[in-house]
Amino acid sequence: MYWPIDLIVLTFVILCAIAAISVKDLLGTAILFGAYSFMMCLLWAVMGAVDVAFTEASVGAGVSTVFFVAAVFRTSRRTKDSNF
Amino acid sequence: MLYGTADFPDWGDPSSPASTHLSDYYIEKTIEDTQVPNIVTSVLADYRGFDTMFETAVIFTAGLACFLLLRDFRGKKERFYRHKPTGVILHIKDGKKILAVGKEFEHMDKDWVPSDLIIKTVCRILIPFIQIYAMYVVAHGDFSPGGGFQGGVIFGSSLILLAISYDLKTLVKRIKEKVLGIFAALGVLIYVGIAAICMPMGGNFLDYSKLAPLVPGDPHHVRALGMLGVEIGVGFAVMAVMAIIYINIVSEGRHDEGL
Repeated sequence: MYWPIDLIVLTFVILCAIAAISVKDLLGTAILFGAYSFMMCLLWAVMGAVDVAFTEASVGAGVSTVFFVAAVFRTSRRTKDSNF
Repeated sequence: MLYGTADFPDWGDPSSPASTHLSDYYIEKTIEDTQVPNIVTSVLADYRGFDTMFETAVIFTAGLACFLLLRDFRGKKERFYRHKPTGVILHIKDGKKILAVGKEFEHMDKDWVPSDLIIKTVCRILIPFIQIYAMYVVAHGDFSPGGGFQGGVIFGSSLILLAISYDLKTLVKRIKEKVLGIFAALGVLIYVGIAAICMPMGGNFLDYSKLAPLVPGDPHHVRALGMLGVEIGVGFAVMAVMAIIYINIVSEGRHDEGL
């Protein structure tokens, strides 16, 4: 059976993106953003852009998550948004 | 916006404008021109070298902006020390009194948690392998996916892992702030330097093929060697900038305590 793996991964990308902007805990948002980057990395790899996937894995899923966690550590963990 | 994307050429469409002129040239001529098997690297570092050069400058500027906005030289007056054998905590309010940290005392702060032996040991064993892998990624940028940017980020993340598993002071003590700043500037300078040397050799800016008299070995490989040189420059700059950004964010610019 043929598996449309890119569509499955794309669904996860969109789910992670929506979750990242709707969750109120900013630490959770940082982790969700890391998950988003990892799914995006899988999508690049499926499309054959291995160099871009490598960059996305190291920069997006790796270092930027750490930067976000560090910024949350030094500011507040709860967002004051009331839109959601 | 989604409606607008319907007008884009299909993914991998052979008749799209990009595939009809440029891609053919790169796919057919890369090996002949540059002797580099990885076409992506040759496009990024050679055919479109200007793009990558200014990307490196952007990274450098990001590190500089983080440093200028966040760095705080005042330092904290209050200090906490823990006497290791007894566990007694000293709270010193006079900023001038600095105890020697070593066998007897250790630094601590309000968010202090005892460092875990397992995490420390695992990270200590892992960090050299991560760093060697980072150098492999930089050096093999010509042959396999990777390059200066990814290698630099991996090397920088190994430094961040050291700061997380021990504490920030360990990292700042190992690599001084000045050294990181010099590395960041040196990386950009290596890139621009290699590009500028091509001009007195009779070529254009970034025309690595004119470097042949300076480099021993097969003159056909000179463009690959030029790419390797600029990738090393990018790696230096990115590695230093990642560490600068992390240290400044996590300690609010004081470089004393943090995650």
